[in-house]
Amino acid sequence: MSDILLSVDNVSLRFGGVRAISDVSFDVRKGEIRAIIGPNGAGKTSMLNCINGFYHPQEGSITFKGVKRPRVKPHEAAVGGIARTFQNVALFKGMTTLDNIMVGRTLKMHKSFFWHLFRHGPAMTEEIEHRKYVEEIIDFLEIEAIRKVPVGKLPYGLQKRVELGRALAMQPDLLLLDEPMAGMNLEEKEDMCRFIIDVNKQYGTTIALIEHDMGVVMDLSDRVVVLEYGRKIADGIPEVVKADQNVIDAYLGVAH
Amino acid sequence: MSTAELATPSPALPFWVMPVLKTVAVMGVIAAVIVVLVTSGIAPKGSWGHKILAAPFIEMREMPDLLVQTLWEGVVAGILYALIALGFVLIFKASGVFNFAQGIMVVFAALTLVGLYDTFARYGFSGTLAAYVALALTLGVMLMLAVSVERFVLRPLVNQPDIILFMATFGLARLLIGVGETIFGGSSKIMISDQLGLPKGAIDLAILGGRVTLQKIDIAAAVIATLMIIALAVFFQKTRIGRALRAVADSHKAALSVGISLNQIWIIVWFAAGVVALVTGIMWGARSDVSFGLETIALKALPVLILGGFTSVPGAIIGGLIIGVGEKLGEFYWGPLLGGAIETWLAYVIALGFLVFRPQGLFGDKIIERI
Repeated sequence: MSDILLSVDNVSLRFGGVRAISDVSFDVRKGEIRAIIGPNGAGKTSMLNCINGFYHPQEGSITFKGVKRPRVKPHEAAVGGIARTFQNVALFKGMTTLDNIMVGRTLKMHKSFFWHLFRHGPAMTEEIEHRKYVEEIIDFLEIEAIRKVPVGKLPYGLQKRVELGRALAMQPDLLLLDEPMAGMNLEEKEDMCRFIIDVNKQYGTTIALIEHDMGVVMDLSDRVVVLEYGRKIADGIPEVVKADQNVIDAYLGVAH
Repeated sequence: MSTAELATPSPALPFWVMPVLKTVAVMGVIAAVIVVLVTSGIAPKGSWGHKILAAPFIEMREMPDLLVQTLWEGVVAGILYALIALGFVLIFKASGVFNFAQGIMVVFAALTLVGLYDTFARYGFSGTLAAYVALALTLGVMLMLAVSVERFVLRPLVNQPDIILFMATFGLARLLIGVGETIFGGSSKIMISDQLGLPKGAIDLAILGGRVTLQKIDIAAAVIATLMIIALAVFFQKTRIGRALRAVADSHKAALSVGISLNQIWIIVWFAAGVVALVTGIMWGARSDVSFGLETIALKALPVLILGGFTSVPGAIIGGLIIGVGEKLGEFYWGPLLGGAIETWLAYVIALGFLVFRPQGLFGDKIIERI
């Protein structure tokens, strides 16, 4: 099928004797918001790390844009069009918001390094062009006021927003968000929700996200996959998943 | 929190203002104490107190030309120390590795340059052109060294504890010494400064009622080192690759996730450190000679780094100048009291003194752990 952007087939991941993911398959369609949920330790972040190339599954395959991927490294995944954010924000703390997001443009800049050194000619045009794009993202995320602030000094909620901005700057085909709302208050969560929906609508970016807040997940996503102890226990549209007995058991516990 | 609350920027001082102000204040207090001691007669002439605290300063005031001469020599030495330290900082920032082999890389680069030129000369190809061909080839060798270090040392050891990587660079240092001695022999060589078009001779300036002699090679060293430092600063702050380098220094996984290849960045920093080593090697070599004895000079980078902080480029420069000037002043004015030759260890004492007050160095990142 042509509208499938990413397909995960029978993936298993082990760390020594620990099975983090066993035989999980699901797909992500072009243009949708796909949620991966599950209790703590269910293997959600491991799944993201497999897609992104930080981990390499021992079994199964990952097909991206119709091409079955060999073992990729994270930066190769990025070149391929996968961007991500991290559960515990991974920003360049010493650099400003603007610089952080500019780093996201690294892959899009091609002009020779010598031109850059002299800040002249084609490199300057290129820099300006990318700066413009970055400024648009900054506008979009409403972080104009903190453009020149080193991100290490920002509160957590804003750091998460900058991280989203950096991922957006890569103009990814697939955006992976690892708990984009963790540790946020209600107001920040609402903002973040709005941004995620807007990114999806405005840029048409396909998004796969991990989230714990069920209300948010059910509102936001087109389809949900549920993991428990590394296995897939449900997959489908939010209404169906919400009613699934396995999912209810996994989240609420089950009487034995 | 809304972004508006952060809209009013605090008028933060540039980061270097406070350390400099503090240093000036401390020096002021020391000067005041000395003046009081000497003028109040607590330390009469001829006493040890007078010899240590007063006599050197009186000498400085009476013979300002000598002071200028000493300061100049200190500055030149300091700039070269700064260059060596810069090589360390580059690699430490980008890969978190303390590169013990940086000092050897200086010697190795210089030896390669001289060795290549000698080989050319044996086949009748000499002069300026030959020197510059040798220089270009040496750059090629440094690039190959960077590529091999990345491939055979860093890549297999990625994610190992820092101490393992440190030991690996220690091994690299011994390897470079071995290879260098095998290929170029253990005897000291003369830097091809004439062929490279470096100036020689000296300029005599008649100032302050005396004469100050400036070696032309020292002036050239100062100018070239300054240009090099400016180029590196622009490279780090303004270019795409520089931004990527800073990104890698901050967070490996985030850098990877935006598509920066660590392997490529490591090659670039090791090559940059190699170029810095080559320039340093040429300059030191032109002032003395090229031998593995230069290695001990490279160790002077250690106190420079302790002073400046391992992660700061401006720190390496200021640290280098403080060590260079402090060392020469100490040797000239206080050295005779201890029988001379205090230059070899004074740098470490100065660094230790600073360490007591600022463990992270003058410009290093303050380490704050969240508990």
